[in-house]
Amino acid sequence: MPTVLDLPSTIVPAGAATPRGPRPLPLVCKLCHAPHPASASATCEECLGPLEPQYDAGRVLPDAATIASRDRSLWRYREWLPFEGKPVVSLDTGFTPLLDSPALARRLGVARAWVKNDAVSHPSLSFKDRVVASALNAALGLGLDTVGCASTGNLANAVAAQAARAGLPAWIFIPHDLELGKVVGTAVYHPHLVRVRGTYDDVNRLCSQVADRFGWGLVNINLRGYYGEGSKTMAFEIAEQLGWRLPTAVVAPMAGGSLLTKLDKGFREFGEAGLVSGAAPRLYGAQASGCAPIVHLVESGDEQVVPVIPNTIARSIAIGNPADGRFAATAIRSTGGWATGVSETALIEGIRLLAETTGVFTETAGGVTVAGALALAQSGKLRPEDEVVLCITGNGLKTVEALQGALPEAPIIAPRLRELEALYGRDL
Amino acid sequence: MAVTFSLPTVLARLADGRATLEASGRTLGDVVAEIAGRYPRLAPRLRDETGGPYPFVTYYLNDEDIRFRNGFATPVSPGDEITVVAAIAGG
Repeated sequence: MPTVLDLPSTIVPAGAATPRGPRPLPLVCKLCHAPHPASASATCEECLGPLEPQYDAGRVLPDAATIASRDRSLWRYREWLPFEGKPVVSLDTGFTPLLDSPALARRLGVARAWVKNDAVSHPSLSFKDRVVASALNAALGLGLDTVGCASTGNLANAVAAQAARAGLPAWIFIPHDLELGKVVGTAVYHPHLVRVRGTYDDVNRLCSQVADRFGWGLVNINLRGYYGEGSKTMAFEIAEQLGWRLPTAVVAPMAGGSLLTKLDKGFREFGEAGLVSGAAPRLYGAQASGCAPIVHLVESGDEQVVPVIPNTIARSIAIGNPADGRFAATAIRSTGGWATGVSETALIEGIRLLAETTGVFTETAGGVTVAGALALAQSGKLRPEDEVVLCITGNGLKTVEALQGALPEAPIIAPRLRELEALYGRDL
Repeated sequence: MAVTFSLPTVLARLADGRATLEASGRTLGDVVAEIAGRYPRLAPRLRDETGGPYPFVTYYLNDEDIRFRNGFATPVSPGDEITVVAAIAGG
């Protein structure tokens, strides 16, 4: 029986079309380091650990000036993305704004605060555009003709939008009771959209079986090794947009734990490449208290996630059984960071605080991030001398339900000056 | 009547290519022990060195994660469906 070592460097599934994209890199197990050929598989055949792309350590890396001269997309960092050859789809995703926010810095009591604004990510207004850009190129490079995902909403939007543009059929599975904006923002692209009775974790289990049965490229299931690498580009952009230097601390929301893990990897890779110097930023993760298994893991010091049944309005990060929980906790511990949970009331206040200080309307996960940063500042984890980046991963227009009743109702008047003057009097 | 025990492809390779098995027992742990005895190469991917569930698989009993029940001590009944899924997925 052949071992993984005997197999060709790229496995094209039976019945798959000819590869139409860049050649995906081979994979290697993150735990036991067993090599695997490039394929639509995210699980090590030896130990069932996660597979990651294996980069050629001797590859030629660009310098800062070369990167800066390239198109303003995540592909400007292509030497750190898992392909040989040029990407063929989703070429214009990435390079979102990094906003300096003195007002937010004052509220946090830190020296500087920036917002990495993936609420305006192209094309679907969340950081999931990054990972899907990577995964769809992998799907095409592997010759897959159908893609899909298990999603809490933002990933559904990103897969549906980018698959439509790429001309790929998409099967998208979501919990049955997601926010209307997330459902409409998926259905409009006309994928095969399936609503599943249950939580995201139930959807995720079903999709593991779907990928196994049908051989489709489910971006966060069997293409997960390629998909996750897209998240590193958020770290790369932060470093470049700060002038090729690192912040002292980064706060990010946690769902499955992948983003935080990949931020850590991205900052380290830029350090190893000599593009930035100094200490890696302390990484802080935030979750809603109603679904905080990674926070519990960090606080307990344990190695294994204890799953929870989610109970929070922060649906986009409501994952009770986070696949990368242990790796996120390791990244947090190794950088000297911490994790915090926030209440539902606090996350709504976080949404409002970001809007009022920075002019950015974020969804519930962003509210968790801002509220988490406030809690970390109040507990002394964030320090007065800190230069902090908050990763805002999604757009508030997708979760307007969360703010119902939280904002003052605007008065209605007749179109007459005297009514305006009567209402506001001396305030005018 | 036995319980059915479903494996993902990556584990079915270690069970002579069989993705669906039948077994019996009073608890889930009994069922896993029977299957581990039948397929020794599969055994270390079902249980860890302490006899608990291997950390990179998740067990579901009739659609419910057994960690929300009583783990391997969860009782099983004839006709139950046990599904094993690789744990690294999603997010």
